[in-house]
Amino acid sequence: MNDRRPRVAVLVFPGSNDDRDAALALEGLGAEAVIVWHAETELPAVDAVVLPGGFSYGDYLRCGAIARFAPVLATVAGFAAEGGPVLGICNGFQILCEAGLLPGVLRPNESLRFVCRDVALRVERAVPPFTSRCEVGQQLVIPVKHGEGCYFAPPELLAELETAGQVVLRYGPGDNPNGAVDDIAGVVNADGNVMGLMPHPEHAVDPLLGSADGAHVLGSLVDAARDRSLAGVS
Amino acid sequence: MKATVLVRPKAGILDPQGEAVRGSLDHLGFAVRGARVGRLIDLEVEAGSADEARAAVERMCEALLANPLIESYEIEIQGRGGR
Repeated sequence: MNDRRPRVAVLVFPGSNDDRDAALALEGLGAEAVIVWHAETELPAVDAVVLPGGFSYGDYLRCGAIARFAPVLATVAGFAAEGGPVLGICNGFQILCEAGLLPGVLRPNESLRFVCRDVALRVERAVPPFTSRCEVGQQLVIPVKHGEGCYFAPPELLAELETAGQVVLRYGPGDNPNGAVDDIAGVVNADGNVMGLMPHPEHAVDPLLGSADGAHVLGSLVDAARDRSLAGVS
Repeated sequence: MKATVLVRPKAGILDPQGEAVRGSLDHLGFAVRGARVGRLIDLEVEAGSADEARAAVERMCEALLANPLIESYEIEIQGRGGR
């Protein structure tokens, strides 16, 4: 009998600032959030990993470029290689791209302005471990808040991603806040177990916050973590 | 040994920062058709020769200093006594 809550690690880098919101949202969805400091060289026993938003290492050089050398990242790469679900939100997305765990890169917003508002998203892929609680074509309203969220991939790579169905979320028509290529708001790796997205689902888990749509994404992750936990994978 | 790395947005990549600079110069009355903004990194490298230094800096560029998806880089090595 395994009745423990699925355990989800929330990494904390110097400059992370959405770690507590992520932990709170995950706990509200039935997970046990385990805060993990960036200098750790081993991950505790967890069923999923979240890289939260913020400004790790002051965004020096390029967003996420320094954080990818944090000791904990090597263990996250190992966790991902074994099929463990890893979700990067905003700065977490930037870090995963810089670390080569996700394709592409996040560039400064086309407007050069920091954008902080709700955006409409279209779900393009509705499978575990990140969007099993969604339907393809469903609209989610989730806030963005970033200065460097303009997703970019060179044409060949972009074609590969589109063909392989690796685009998970797209900004709704006319609602692209940063100039991202193909309106891309979130992508997964080829194996589908590492995802990054610019919008912040952890800020949209309660109607009181204006939207609870973020729970579709984080809830899917908690479901996947629970499945892993019950299967005794982690 | 001193090395200078010049990191530029790759040709064809939209550079909003350069666009903003161009717009501002235009506003000041300068006739500028294009502006691109890159980054300059000065390094002091421990190396036995200029070739060794260049090889090391190239690895630095690939690993950290530039993101090859969107940036190109140029390396200049200055000899021990300066050049």
